[in-house]
Amino acid sequence: MVENQRWLDIFAHVILILGVATVAFPVYLALVASTHAPTAFMSGTIPLVPSTHAPASYGDVLAGGVAAQMSVPINLMLFNSMVMALLIATGKIAISIISAFAIVYFRFPFRVLAFWIIFITLMLPVEVRIVPTFAVIADLGMLNSYAGLTVPLMASATATFLFRQVFLTIPDELMEAARIDGAGPMKFFRDILLPLSQTNIAALFVILFIYGWNQYLWPLLVTTDSGYYTIVAGIKRMADVVDSEPLWNYIMAVTILAMLPPVAVVIFMQRLFVKGLVDSEK
Amino acid sequence: MQTKRTIFGNKGLPYLLLAPQLAITAVFFLWPAGQAVRQSFLREDAFGLSTTFVGLRNFRALLNNPEYLNALQVTVVFSIATVVLSLSLALILALAVDRMLKSAQAYTTLLIWPYAVAPAVAGILWWFIFNPAIGILPYVMEARFGYDWNHNLTGRDAMILVVVAAVWKQISYNFLFFLAGLQSIPTSLREAAAIDGAGPFKRFWTITLPLLSPTTFFLLVVNVVYTLFDTFAIIDATTGGGPAQATNILVYKVYDDGFVGLNLGSSAAQSVVLMIIVMVLTFVQFRYVERKVTY
Repeated sequence: MVENQRWLDIFAHVILILGVATVAFPVYLALVASTHAPTAFMSGTIPLVPSTHAPASYGDVLAGGVAAQMSVPINLMLFNSMVMALLIATGKIAISIISAFAIVYFRFPFRVLAFWIIFITLMLPVEVRIVPTFAVIADLGMLNSYAGLTVPLMASATATFLFRQVFLTIPDELMEAARIDGAGPMKFFRDILLPLSQTNIAALFVILFIYGWNQYLWPLLVTTDSGYYTIVAGIKRMADVVDSEPLWNYIMAVTILAMLPPVAVVIFMQRLFVKGLVDSEK
Repeated sequence: MQTKRTIFGNKGLPYLLLAPQLAITAVFFLWPAGQAVRQSFLREDAFGLSTTFVGLRNFRALLNNPEYLNALQVTVVFSIATVVLSLSLALILALAVDRMLKSAQAYTTLLIWPYAVAPAVAGILWWFIFNPAIGILPYVMEARFGYDWNHNLTGRDAMILVVVAAVWKQISYNFLFFLAGLQSIPTSLREAAAIDGAGPFKRFWTITLPLLSPTTFFLLVVNVVYTLFDTFAIIDATTGGGPAQATNILVYKVYDDGFVGLNLGSSAAQSVVLMIIVMVLTFVQFRYVERKVTY
């Protein structure tokens, strides 16, 4: 702070409190809605204060079978989302770190070409190649499988570039020393590079976990068997009711459950999260 | 390209290490992208039995298609509104937090968590609040201003709904980067200006904002990409592109035409157009973002 200006400080606090309240507002309403019985939504406006129906709402959705469009237990969807998020995060990191290792510590024909091929993935988000990518998955028989949900999302230029940057900052002397001591490339990778990149791996893992958990379009396309539904993609299927009012308390309970794991990750691992976010945008 | 001074001599190993990444890229990125390009020059008959090469006709048809031009216009409006709002709100919040000493950490935590909320979930949250029958905001608007909100019927209302949801989700990201940018500006500059008699607003316009321009430019590119692609889930979870195409952004139209309308040639041509847009944006990002914007 440059100078002490009381009114500006007060003004800043007011702005921030307003900002925090606005940001929290929708989630507060969802939380409140999930604590009411379905009858609370029949008339008037949505309730603004909590009620006592929460155990029933959450119990019902977790077990499933509330109504036709909510027959899939949320337990199962949460499990699927968790599997997908963990597989995507682990897979992306594993695949990218070894590619970066190859690109930085070896010299071989087509090295630059390989680098550019990886770079191109940045320019091809799923949304621009939806139909043909879906055709590939269908031809490979990967619909309705964890492999279909995760493998196509595992290529990552961002993660590869991040690890490349990390490796480039590691002093050459370490590798020379390792070679003099007779370490081969994989031993060097395991005993020196991996421990040195620990924090980067952890930070990236946090970001990629959120990325994997929040996938929407891809699971929507790849899963038609309700046994593989993920929670983020599943919400839409619940909210889509043609002839009746949506079951708001249940939908909002599912919404809260869908955002709980990634939000908890951000709040409790804030330092790693910020590092991961800043690192992966360089 | 940069490597190490000393390297490992193995011949086969690097290919083995690169194999998984390159295999996934080839099968799920390059091949489908190539198919999209190929499809965009073909026309399939109604039964999918035969295809004919039609050259650029799919692209020409797009440019003459009022629905596509409408989607283009909707995308521009949606992008500009979302980017401008989310950037300016995030900047205001970041400036306020930057003044705080003790409470900065607490405010930051309370402001960044929406990053973790999936766009689809953000859409559902606001869809609930704006629900014409029971939502709280339509109720307030009706009671206070006599405005009859209905995003199922009024295009403008639907656009406001998706912009609000998209902005709400993106503020946290922009806020973090603005805050980092602000904290990297040396205090001595602002102190010197203060000694010279510049007030807080003058200092903001002449020192803070110009020094933030690299951050702002970076965020501008990232946000445009966000509004073009990641907001698919918001649209799909709330308005489904309606009413009457009022929120049918380009990326939603590709999906809609390809999967629902099964118009593969046109969908592929739209994919190619989007690919070109991403390429330009990626190029801009890598060419200019690293270098400092002049001030």
